[in-house]
Amino acid sequence: MGLIADGFDSIRSIKFRDLLTQIITLGMIFSSALIIWKGLMLFSGSESPVVVVLSESMEPGFQRGDILFLHMNKDPIRAGEIVVYNVDGREIPIVHRVIEVREQHGTKEVDILTKGDNNEMDDRMLYVPGQFWLQRQHIMGKAIGFLPYVGYVTIVMTERPIFKYILIGVLALLVLTSKE
Amino acid sequence: MIDHRLCFTMTYSNLHCRLGTLVNLTSILFILLFVTVSFPDAIIRSPSVDVHAEVSKLNRFRKRLNGNDEVSLNLNISVDLSSVFNWKTKQLFVFVTAEYKTLQNSFNQVILWDRTIHDRDSAKFEIYAKNKYLLIDQGCHLLGKEIQLVVNWYVMHKTGWMSRHNKSMSYFELPQVYI
Repeated sequence: MGLIADGFDSIRSIKFRDLLTQIITLGMIFSSALIIWKGLMLFSGSESPVVVVLSESMEPGFQRGDILFLHMNKDPIRAGEIVVYNVDGREIPIVHRVIEVREQHGTKEVDILTKGDNNEMDDRMLYVPGQFWLQRQHIMGKAIGFLPYVGYVTIVMTERPIFKYILIGVLALLVLTSKE
Repeated sequence: MIDHRLCFTMTYSNLHCRLGTLVNLTSILFILLFVTVSFPDAIIRSPSVDVHAEVSKLNRFRKRLNGNDEVSLNLNISVDLSSVFNWKTKQLFVFVTAEYKTLQNSFNQVILWDRTIHDRDSAKFEIYAKNKYLLIDQGCHLLGKEIQLVVNWYVMHKTGWMSRHNKSMSYFELPQVYI
């Protein structure tokens, strides 16, 4: 009887320690990812240092699924630059090219007009009705670099959630089976 | 990242070790490749380019119904950016801007014409073209205004780096009356 109780105890304690290690490792992985993300935010000066191109309006330069690296600072915004901007009321930011810049005397306030390379018309239809220009506060960042195709994973996972669950399942399996 | 010491004590399975090491190595190689390929261009040589843009004809100059000035121009654009094109270049985005100053705005910049170039052969051309986009002022300050035409180009590399260049080309003075 005592032997069995002993056996049970040791099994339970080992499992508990292992489990705790797993949880802490996972926690550390998440924190590292968070640190890297926040670091990127700081370094790029933008709320969202990386965005995925979602539409075909910037083809052939940028395809759906490309990742864009953003940077935002006090430098003036100039025509030809590719910017990511938010329109009030729209959830998803838009990635288009600046085609007109109007800087005002003194205040250095700036009015910007954008257009997708692949679109016929400028973006005025996308702005809030009555809004003809974008201002600096609408601009999340300028695109300074890109990685092709890599972002397609996130598009697939948003549009077909089943892949998200599969991915999480596989990751969970890998973590659980890593320490034998 | 796997702990290689554990590989030797056989705490990890063999396959796990090999897979992990392979992934580590590949990632490091990719990062090294990315870095070495992205940067040296500007430092090693500055390519010689030949670009030119000027107004060949003023088509229309009028005031729109909403009060803004509108200008339509014919442009003569000649570009030789073939030396900028190398094996790493994905595409060039070439555009001509009109830049001017008004009482209201210290700086106005409008793209009149643009083109994406995908290969070296198309990086050399000369065209007479009507502006792709009209020059529309934010207001009506264009009478007698001198505008500067600038040829700009963005280089997009396959590895993802983008750089911007420009060259001021010519000046054009708009007449004192609408035509």
